[in-house]
Amino acid sequence: MKKRIVAMLLAGGQGSRLGVLTSSMAKPAVPFGGKYRIIDFPLSNCVNSDIDTVGVLTQYRPLALNSYIGTGQHWDLDRMNGGVFLLPPYVTGVDGRWYTGTANAIYQNREFVDQYDPDYVLILSGDHIYKMDYGAMLRFHIEKGAVATIAVLPVPMEEAHRFGIMNTDENDHVISFEEKPKQPKSNKASMGIYIFNWRALKECMSLDDENPDSTNDFGSDIIPAFINGGQSVVAYPFKGYWKDVGTIQSLWEANMDIISTPPKLVLNDPQWRIYTRNPIMPPHYVGENASITQSLVTEGCRVEGKVHHSVLFSNVSIEAEAEVYDSVIFPGAVIRRGAKVYKAIVGENSVIGERSIIGGELRLGDSVDNSLTGTITLVGNDISIQPEAYLPQGTVATEDACGGRCYDK
Amino acid sequence: MTSNAFGLIYTGETNPFLRDLALSRSVAAVPFGGRYRCIDFILSDLVNTGVTSVGLITQKNYHSLMDHLGAGKEWDLHRKREGLFMLPPFMTKENTGLYRGSVDAIRSCLGYVRRNPQQYVILSGSHTIFNMTFNDMIARHIETRANITMLYNEGEFAASEEQNLDLRLLMDSSERITEMELNPFSPRSAFRSCDVMIMDKLLLEYLVEEAYSHGDYDLTRDILLKKCQTLKIMGYRYDGYVARLDSVNDFFRHNLALLQPEVRNDLFNPAHPIYTKVKDEVSAKYGENAVVRNSMLADGCQIEGTVENSIVFRGVSVKKGAVVKNSILMQGVSIGENCMMDHVILDKGVVVREGRTLTGYDGFPIILKKGTTI
Repeated sequence: MKKRIVAMLLAGGQGSRLGVLTSSMAKPAVPFGGKYRIIDFPLSNCVNSDIDTVGVLTQYRPLALNSYIGTGQHWDLDRMNGGVFLLPPYVTGVDGRWYTGTANAIYQNREFVDQYDPDYVLILSGDHIYKMDYGAMLRFHIEKGAVATIAVLPVPMEEAHRFGIMNTDENDHVISFEEKPKQPKSNKASMGIYIFNWRALKECMSLDDENPDSTNDFGSDIIPAFINGGQSVVAYPFKGYWKDVGTIQSLWEANMDIISTPPKLVLNDPQWRIYTRNPIMPPHYVGENASITQSLVTEGCRVEGKVHHSVLFSNVSIEAEAEVYDSVIFPGAVIRRGAKVYKAIVGENSVIGERSIIGGELRLGDSVDNSLTGTITLVGNDISIQPEAYLPQGTVATEDACGGRCYDK
Repeated sequence: MTSNAFGLIYTGETNPFLRDLALSRSVAAVPFGGRYRCIDFILSDLVNTGVTSVGLITQKNYHSLMDHLGAGKEWDLHRKREGLFMLPPFMTKENTGLYRGSVDAIRSCLGYVRRNPQQYVILSGSHTIFNMTFNDMIARHIETRANITMLYNEGEFAASEEQNLDLRLLMDSSERITEMELNPFSPRSAFRSCDVMIMDKLLLEYLVEEAYSHGDYDLTRDILLKKCQTLKIMGYRYDGYVARLDSVNDFFRHNLALLQPEVRNDLFNPAHPIYTKVKDEVSAKYGENAVVRNSMLADGCQIEGTVENSIVFRGVSVKKGAVVKNSILMQGVSIGENCMMDHVILDKGVVVREGRTLTGYDGFPIILKKGTTI
């Protein structure tokens, strides 16, 4: 059946800058915001924008993502007509290959899109945190009579050199596009959200596919091709919170943004709920001597110790006399009695041993490779930290570094 | 595992002792434990047993129950084959649409009973809360060749002042029930029925038709009480935590009992999860000045004040300077700045404006009904 618009969500990226967090799962499956995973944001935006047909393009370690999305019922995307579809790369009789770039991923799935004969296609990526009405963007696209529309966010001029920058005229038409320009001419940063007229995109992708020098990427090949081809490309100005959570630092910051006062990103919005696969857990329990301030706590948690300015995911246990500050504790982690955790991300089902210190001051002679983490301490998934261990800030605790995986709590 | 039994839950019980809690809803829909309703427990018990077909007989005030259960998706009972069957009252030439009692109710859904291919029926009420599976009980029912097997636990000997469906069982050494007493003035047994029984569905059909032909309409009073000698009725003992919502006091007591780890771990045994309707609320948010001790809180709460020894349901807000102690705040309750709440039960959506003080007593908590503003 014909659909007006189909969303294609690029969820194949490894997210190597998230280090051990993505060693067993793709970036969109990384937990965020107390009870969500990153992919919940674009999926919920789709549902709230009345887009009911979403293709999710997977490539890197899709297991966590596949089982997470399931039939899509948690996002109300188990539909008779449409719904959510996982689209991994495939082989055909002649060739078949991995997705060579973002545009190639869509190109290889053009038959999927064609089933719905849409007028428009919405391209999303699975590593951004934001709430956005794609319906408003589509209306803008139609009003402007554009062939391609790119959502842009005004960023501070001094940071513009880190983004893909759209230079536009007074009618929001894009004149040129520069990827990470040294001398930016504008502060309109591309958010990696595109609406295309499907027919035009198909043509463009087909030409791009035949070009052996192309990287088959939306930002570096497809968008420039549209602009250089003289087609109408417009920039849709977005106002509101948007964050790329592709690094440890930005993932931690984005989590802190929802507990700041006032929060930079409001999640408690009945008009724009973020849907997720909810764990089947009782409400959380706060003990007699516990203290919790400026924090998020969710179902299944048990807090007996002190938690300040932190985000606890489901089924986290903070034992008595343990203290957690400025940290993000992923589902199922246990902070044992007397342990102290400062400015850290603790992975799923990890155990921080009794009286150990995570994220302590650097001591004389400590050598820490903090190229990915900066001042944030990172404990991977399923890691057991021995009692009385001392992890200076910036440490990445992995299997080798910290005495074996834990399977038994 | 597949079970050779289907479930039939009767939610027609009325209970004046629940006062305002069951004013606009059936007992089955009374909220419990921060994010659940009474019915979630028996329904989850059946699902965790492997039961795939559950009939739910509704009587009066079943709107909020229907709203809660929907198509049964959250209990995994939204199926192509079998699943959850809502059995509301309906009028036919021999049925007025209003049930006088459980016999009438079951009789009007005998079609559902007959259609089920399973041999056994697990018949249950809806005001008793516990977390168990019935597999072992079914096995025992078959092994002892009982006609009926009734679940019981050891409760208090004395009858409470607010006695409601207090069915006491007297048994011989083989656990065969020799006599039953309903709401006895001075009970002769500490063993109380947990409101769940297993029998062959053909026996249920027979008993219901027989009672109906005598003009009887209550399963317990008119059938069970009289048939102890002629039928082999066995008891099956349950030793876990059992919460009967017989009165406002019981409701209060059993909710707050969840603050004890033994009770919490028993009712929320991770091996047998309790399912409920999902609301997609955000995590609970604690403010800068929040002080929370010995309490259970659900998602969507915003806590700026003090909460102690309380059960706080989804989406509750407690403003700065407010103090809530020994209380139960249901979904969407809002407590204004500098309020003092002690021993209160605030039903869904109650709004308490700033500076108000409400104090109930142990044994007499204050209830504010759904939607009240003070």
